[in-house]
Amino acid sequence: MEMVANFISDVSANPLFYLLAFVTIASALCVVTLKNIFHSALCLILTLFSVAGLYILLHAEFLAVAQVLIYVGAVSILLIFAIMLTSQLASRKIVQSNEQVTVAIFVCFLFLLVSIGSLFNTYWNGINAPLPDNNILTIGILLMTDYVLPFEVVSIVMLAALIGAIVLAREERS
Amino acid sequence: MASYAAVLIFLLLGIGLVLVTFFTARLIRPSNPYKEKNQTYECGERPFGDSWVQFNNRFYIFALLFVIFDVEVVFLFPWAVAFNQLGLFALIEMVIFIVILVFGLVYAWKKGVLKWV
Amino acid sequence: MTLTALAITAMIKVIVIISVALLGVAYSTYLERRLLGILQHRIGPIYAGPYGLLQPIADAVKLIFKEDFIPDNVERVTYTLAPVIMFIPALLTFAVIPVGDTITIMGHEIELVISDLNIGILYVFAITSLGVYGIVLAGWSSGSKYSLLGGIRSSAQMISYEIAYGLSIIGVVLLAGTLSLQELVAQQESFFSWYVFRQPVAFILFVVCAVAETNRAPFDLPEAEAELVAGYLTEYSSMKYAMFFMGEYANMLAVSSVATTIFLGGWQGPFLPPVLWFVIKVFLCMCVYIWIRATLPRFRYDQLMNFGWKVLFPLALLNTMVTALIKVL
Repeated sequence: MEMVANFISDVSANPLFYLLAFVTIASALCVVTLKNIFHSALCLILTLFSVAGLYILLHAEFLAVAQVLIYVGAVSILLIFAIMLTSQLASRKIVQSNEQVTVAIFVCFLFLLVSIGSLFNTYWNGINAPLPDNNILTIGILLMTDYVLPFEVVSIVMLAALIGAIVLAREERS
Repeated sequence: MASYAAVLIFLLLGIGLVLVTFFTARLIRPSNPYKEKNQTYECGERPFGDSWVQFNNRFYIFALLFVIFDVEVVFLFPWAVAFNQLGLFALIEMVIFIVILVFGLVYAWKKGVLKWV
Repeated sequence: MTLTALAITAMIKVIVIISVALLGVAYSTYLERRLLGILQHRIGPIYAGPYGLLQPIADAVKLIFKEDFIPDNVERVTYTLAPVIMFIPALLTFAVIPVGDTITIMGHEIELVISDLNIGILYVFAITSLGVYGIVLAGWSSGSKYSLLGGIRSSAQMISYEIAYGLSIIGVVLLAGTLSLQELVAQQESFFSWYVFRQPVAFILFVVCAVAETNRAPFDLPEAEAELVAGYLTEYSSMKYAMFFMGEYANMLAVSSVATTIFLGGWQGPFLPPVLWFVIKVFLCMCVYIWIRATLPRFRYDQLMNFGWKVLFPLALLNTMVTALIKVL
């Protein structure tokens, strides 16, 4: 409990944190409220970008760059391509809520409870210890030793995604 | 952290510069829009149909291929930095990782997804 | 140094680098037109000022006085944002490029780099990957068929070459064991330790991908005027058009600086001061860019995509693995 308090006071001393947190939340709200789906996608990019900023505040440089490269630079492009390729979507106004809005709010609330629960149950010890100066080196070594199995599994997951997409695309054409 | 602060200053100054340029241009340039001038350019003809036309979904496959191999490249960076301390074992692990992904590329190649018609 | 002194030096460095970069962008356009003229047995611009040296200024003044008309079918916010998003990432690359050795002014040691990040190379790679947004946004928001086609073509091209671009740098990182650009330059002190000699395949891959990433000839399909009018630029005019133009040249300069830093020894060199060496190398890279444009015809789109995925990408992977293997043995 004390660790959580320490950690929060440490980060909250930085005014940039509030700015980034505000941008993250505001743009995330725009994602689910804007009427134009392309604008929603752009706001999502801003959200992902400010999360990268938060990573930098936490001294997780590699994570921040990976966030920009993978989420901002690649996944969002995929998303935008999907919107652009669906001609019906591009110019039409969309309604973001439907009759299941109450269920959605309930599920979101549940998720919030789980998040808060895990926040207080996590062992935060060591969070105040400084990260190694060159943390990409440490990540590289750990990836090849302790976490080699998850690392290899990642490639299989991505292969499955790729083959799935190819099969879908081919079905559509024939 | 200080080094990122410098990048932030750089970013802010860059944006400021762009804003100043746009604002100055706004002050001094003429403005005389009328209906014909503001039409979408279509080689002098009247524009027809919706501008947001349907695309070949092959573009989407390329974007997906890009996402997957981009993740691979991001994984390669820490591996390359740490390679000095790791040696042969790390090379074998990475070769397995890459071979699995290259299998995906070969599959796409053989299925003709990489071919533009 | 105190915190204020640090902040002030950082501020001065940022202002100097941005000004020099902008000057560089302006005179790259002049260089391109003059050099293209020479290569094609023409003269090029010579009337504005001595040797036509005032031509970039004349161009800038002309463009700023032009009417900026926005077609009715345009998505205004995104349309205005697109040129900014094109230009800013190109400029941001210069934040990590070391332009010279540490110098001492009034007893203060000053590094001639705005910020030497631990992850400098990755930062460059990440910033480059943002450049595609300017094109996507311009293509989508213009509300014109040509813009949309040009935008989506060009973005597909950029993402296709980005993979090989990243992989070509990995070869160097394997040898260097660091991502800091400052350390990378320090490793290339003697001429034959330049990474262009230790990683020749990577260098060639890097050059090809860099030309494609900056949408320059022979990979300038987005601007293939014979088929797409002006691609994603079709509906742009005045200062917004100029911003795209500046973005393109800033991108070329940024890529040249990165190539100089990673492969060509950065600011290292004998006799002349380091900053001058850096400028000379970047200048030569720019000349190669223009030379390529004057020499090679444009790719066809299917050739371009095939080349990216079926030649460059496997070659880059192979280069990485072979480098690692040689290193182990």
